[in-house]
Amino acid sequence: MNMHTQPQRTPAETALIDAFGDRLSLLPGDGAVMLKRDDAIEAIKHGLPTRRIESWHYTDLRRLLNVVPDFDPSAVAKAVAPIVEGSAVLPILNGKSDAKTPAVDGVTVQRLSEKLTDGSIAPGLDPYGSDDAIGALNTAFVADGYFVDIADGTELDKPLELQNLQAGGQTHVRLPVRVGAGAKAVIVERQTGEGAALVSSVSQLVLGEGAEVTWLIVQEQPETATYLAQFKADIGKNAKLTLFVMNAGGKLVRQEIMIRTTGEGGDFKLRGINLLAGDTHTDVTMVLDHAVPHTTSTEVIRNVVTGKARGVFQGRINVHQYAQKTNAKMACNTLLLSDDGEFSTKPELEIFADDVVCGHGATVTEIDHDHLFYLMARGVDEKSARGLLVKAFVAEVIEELDDEVIVEALEAKLDEWFVTHG
Amino acid sequence: MLEIKNLHARIVDDGTEIIRGLNLTVKAGEVAAIMGPNGSGKSTLSYILAGREDYEVTEGDILYNGHSILEMDPAERATSGIFLAFQYPMEIPGVATMEFLKVAMNEQRKARGEDPLKIPEFLKRVKEAAASLSMDMAMLKRPLNVGFSGGEKKRAEILQMKLLEPKLCVLDETDSGLDIDALKIVSDGVNALRAPDRAFLVITHYQRLLEHIVPDSVHVLYKGQVIKSGDKSLALDLEANGYAGVIGEAA
Repeated sequence: MNMHTQPQRTPAETALIDAFGDRLSLLPGDGAVMLKRDDAIEAIKHGLPTRRIESWHYTDLRRLLNVVPDFDPSAVAKAVAPIVEGSAVLPILNGKSDAKTPAVDGVTVQRLSEKLTDGSIAPGLDPYGSDDAIGALNTAFVADGYFVDIADGTELDKPLELQNLQAGGQTHVRLPVRVGAGAKAVIVERQTGEGAALVSSVSQLVLGEGAEVTWLIVQEQPETATYLAQFKADIGKNAKLTLFVMNAGGKLVRQEIMIRTTGEGGDFKLRGINLLAGDTHTDVTMVLDHAVPHTTSTEVIRNVVTGKARGVFQGRINVHQYAQKTNAKMACNTLLLSDDGEFSTKPELEIFADDVVCGHGATVTEIDHDHLFYLMARGVDEKSARGLLVKAFVAEVIEELDDEVIVEALEAKLDEWFVTHG
Repeated sequence: MLEIKNLHARIVDDGTEIIRGLNLTVKAGEVAAIMGPNGSGKSTLSYILAGREDYEVTEGDILYNGHSILEMDPAERATSGIFLAFQYPMEIPGVATMEFLKVAMNEQRKARGEDPLKIPEFLKRVKEAAASLSMDMAMLKRPLNVGFSGGEKKRAEILQMKLLEPKLCVLDETDSGLDIDALKIVSDGVNALRAPDRAFLVITHYQRLLEHIVPDSVHVLYKGQVIKSGDKSLALDLEANGYAGVIGEAA
């Protein structure tokens, strides 16, 4: 983490360090886990990252996260209906998993608090690189979550929905998921709540040979909450991962995505929608490692920026030296609808192999006046026509998902946002 | 129905005057053909009627049923019954064609004080209209005009015209990009809409379209003015002798 010694701790840094001391006796974990926690809080003691740290250049966490709320064990989080009817739901209410979870054939679920207590999860708590502020925050405080194992060959006919529902205070959860060889699943990760909370959430996915997963992160925090999250995945041989991220809320949001292709024939698709409104800050940062030959990826991010919202997309693709025949394409398109909004895009390609196809593109546009004229010339009033076009801009990414049930569920979410923010 | 009086208009961006004192009257039930060489202002006229903001009227007026439309935005003009079939219909990714048709039809109904269409009735009307234009319903499941061929786009324009039931239809080079069979289908579609209370302004380069959609009047547009008007024989004359003669007469 930040090696500069900060001259003075911010209220947030002080509060986190104090909270760690207060909560230490309550945090589950064997010796190995507690050592990782100690390392993590040491990293936080060096200070939260500032814009001087390259990967945090557009999101000065130290400045933006000036204060943090206290833990609030008495807060009661409300359950929500899954986005796809009939999904098996694994709820985490105010940071706590449920002892009773739905039985699904081929799926084993364990409470993460147990995996912390017995120490079996300890290796997964290691930080990602040297500036892993979110990893450190989560490792220091993580108390619960779910460990999910989908057995080899299992094909889920309904989505599995992991719900992280906050009610204020702080919650720090982890969601490790292993998908066995040849298994197929749709996994929904809901991130929402009602309080001015600080939420950290780390999802860790391992895809076995030939596994196929569509993972949807639907983030709808209130405009008072800070949401700091990671999604990490290893994509095995011939495995396919489609990650869909929808950010439609939150005051301060950073969603990090770390992907590694670990077997030939692996394929990764990232599709993201950032719906930004109000006086908020949303950052999606991806690091993708094409670590073996013959793997493919495409990343498409669409942003709608209104009000005084600020958005960031950092997309870094590392093609390792022996990762020949890599094919990677990245695009980030922004529809800027207000003078006060802004969006920063930083694509980075680091290519050490010599036989690869890699490309990236970024655009920032306003509403197309020809399109607006066409719709209005058919009698659609200006406000509705603009609404149709903005929705169309992001709906395109959703429609590509090719699963009618999921497309409908996500479009319903999109409509909800437009009703509140249109 | 339509009265254009001494109209002058220019491109907002660079101030180039395109329409220079244009006069034209079209009565209810009339099919008026507008012909003219490239660059004479035909498409510009169609855009100005539809209310495109890229053009600015500097002088004169456009009266529709006796009232000036210059202050109306494109949506208001459309709901008052003016329809432009585009020469190049826009592809709008992400906007579902059926959803768009429903919104557009209901906007028209709202303006007329009618309730929104119920879904079965809406579907029935779209299916009938599509069948009459030999359009496959599968096409309408795609985003608006996306991946349509030139001919399919033109049919989709006429489909919209049928469904929206406008009173003043402006067809901007609807024949361009159509093969003979498609031309016949599209023309039949237009002819089926001819009615005593509906007028058409048919903009075209060629006599070919006017064999199918027979006009009541033909007007030659040159340098932003109507330089000659006549009946359908004028179109035949232009086809045989070109524009040079007419332009020479006017000069």
